Amino acid sequence: MKIPVRLKFYSTPAILVLALLILAIGAELVNITLIVRIATVMFINLILVLGLQLFMGNSGILSFAHIGFMGIGAYSSVLFSMTPEAKQLSIPNLYPFLIPVHLPFWASVLVGALIAALIAAVISYPLMRLSDAAAVITTFALLVIIHVVLVHWDRITNGPRTLFGVDFYTDLWTSAIVCMVTVFLAYLFKESRVGLRLRATRDDAYAAASIGINKVVMRWMAFTASAFLAAIGGGLWAHFITSFSPYAFYLTETFVVLAMLVIGGPYSVSGAVVGTVVVTSVREILRSIENYLNIAKVFPQGVFGFTEVILSIVLILILVFQPGGIMGSREVHWPRFGRKEKDSSELTPSVDEIQGEEHV
Amino acid sequence: MINLEFVINILSLGSLYAMLALGLVIIYGILKLVNFAYGELIMIGGYTLYLLTGFTPLPWLVIAFLAVIVSMCTSLLTELVAFRPVRTKSLTAMLITSFAVSTLLQNAALLIISPRARAVTLPRIFQQSIMIAGTDVPWRNILTIVVSLTMLVLLTLLLKRTVLGIALRAAADNFRMTRMLGVPANTVISSAFAISGIMAGVVSLFWIGRSASVTPTIGAPPLLVAFVATVIGGMNSLTGAVVGGFVYAIMISLLGIFLPPELLEFREAFMFIFVIVILVFRPEGLIRSKTTVERIG
Repeated sequence: MKIPVRLKFYSTPAILVLALLILAIGAELVNITLIVRIATVMFINLILVLGLQLFMGNSGILSFAHIGFMGIGAYSSVLFSMTPEAKQLSIPNLYPFLIPVHLPFWASVLVGALIAALIAAVISYPLMRLSDAAAVITTFALLVIIHVVLVHWDRITNGPRTLFGVDFYTDLWTSAIVCMVTVFLAYLFKESRVGLRLRATRDDAYAAASIGINKVVMRWMAFTASAFLAAIGGGLWAHFITSFSPYAFYLTETFVVLAMLVIGGPYSVSGAVVGTVVVTSVREILRSIENYLNIAKVFPQGVFGFTEVILSIVLILILVFQPGGIMGSREVHWPRFGRKEKDSSELTPSVDEIQGEEHV
Repeated sequence: MINLEFVINILSLGSLYAMLALGLVIIYGILKLVNFAYGELIMIGGYTLYLLTGFTPLPWLVIAFLAVIVSMCTSLLTELVAFRPVRTKSLTAMLITSFAVSTLLQNAALLIISPRARAVTLPRIFQQSIMIAGTDVPWRNILTIVVSLTMLVLLTLLLKRTVLGIALRAAADNFRMTRMLGVPANTVISSAFAISGIMAGVVSLFWIGRSASVTPTIGAPPLLVAFVATVIGGMNSLTGAVVGGFVYAIMISLLGIFLPPELLEFREAFMFIFVIVILVFRPEGLIRSKTTVERIG
């Protein structure tokens, strides 16, 4: 892959990374445990959102399987990072040949992500032909299949029970640095030849095919890369939260990540970053209100689900009034560079306009 | 193994699943929307049962009728508030909206009622059974079969004999053409959502009837069943939905019998692998619609 050397090309990821760096330093300076935890989770979520953006934003296909690959990444990285003694305690039914396997934290997360990417690459190829509702149902089916396997394969995952005893490795800076690298990778992918071709198939499948773009191969590469990033996020998350069960990787988490991406704007990397930061802030504010109401016992039975109710209303409002999300298909630019080049999104009609004509 | 009990089980499960799938397909046929919020309509029906049986002296039949009405109204309301404004936008936007509506309704139940399961008082007939030819047959199963078949007949009559039904079928075949011929889009779509809500409401009676309790997440399993049944039968055909419902019931029962015990818990995964295989190799399902319009994409 040829990486451009023009400075302008890097202005978008540079601004985004700078913004994230400021957030990370801010969290470090405030140094309140809760704030640091929120920031760490935000960076991990951003890795997941960027992974989803990489596939969904560029291909225009909604994928539900993403969080499934996060789960695969979490469980497989843990299998490598735990010490043999800890494994025997935490996963009593583990296959004996897996017990002595032990790798450092970084290698574990990477191997876990490679395993997830391999699984994604093998199973997804025939599915990439599908579009629209069929594609959505297949990815949803994938999520259900991964979920069922994680819940019941107790020789690997300890079954539906919580898996304890994972060592804590992911601190604020680990997640922040991986997240910044991911921003850069997601942007590079979008602007790469594969990314450009994939976006062409999204905007006009027939025109893209007529100039020889193989839709299936482009989507397949993006899907595999997206699963890799999801699994990196999962691996980091596992070593942050240190005890978890398969139920963490299902529809609730899917909703959160999807809401972040759609509210921010699925068609740009900037949208993924903005959406994650905005939704995290709103969520934490709502959650502290919820906690306050629960502690003060304003309602006798307690308040549950308030945060999600508001979040889903916001999501619907965004889809109704600003379907491209906060950012649309724009990227943030250095003002000086941004003015000269015409935004490519202004030249081509947006995906919504094209697809909107197809039905109704 | 294949005895009367087995047959009645298949018939009652199959007719229940057929209704489930019909409620999903009738919307899919017209809007190409896979409605993730469909399961929550069943949950709403369940909570209506819980509230009315627990806090009012109304007779059970009236309560059951009201549960179906409430479920129908919820379905209409979600269409009006959430789906109508995004209808002209992309398909993805519509799908995410339905996912958001599903989360919204689920968490609203969590917020307003409780995260914990609520017991629903059922009429005694749901626990009783009758001896037929030497086997114990629960009344519940017979009721399910009778009510489902009645609903299927009513729906068929509606679709074949009324102007609305003809408009609905025409819209399912080719929505754009139907609109050009002067059929109002909003009426057709609202009717489809109403029928979907009624189906969900009726299903909720028997779904809740099996567990006698309701939780905010009770909508997820029936939604998954409806997905599988719809894909098996054919997403564009109402007949396909009914066939898919019965095929699902037969398959899940046979898997239950023939799968070795250590694989039994993966039964659901096998069903969804089957879904993917169908979508890849025979996306039109078992019953091919005569006039399926390919979506470009």
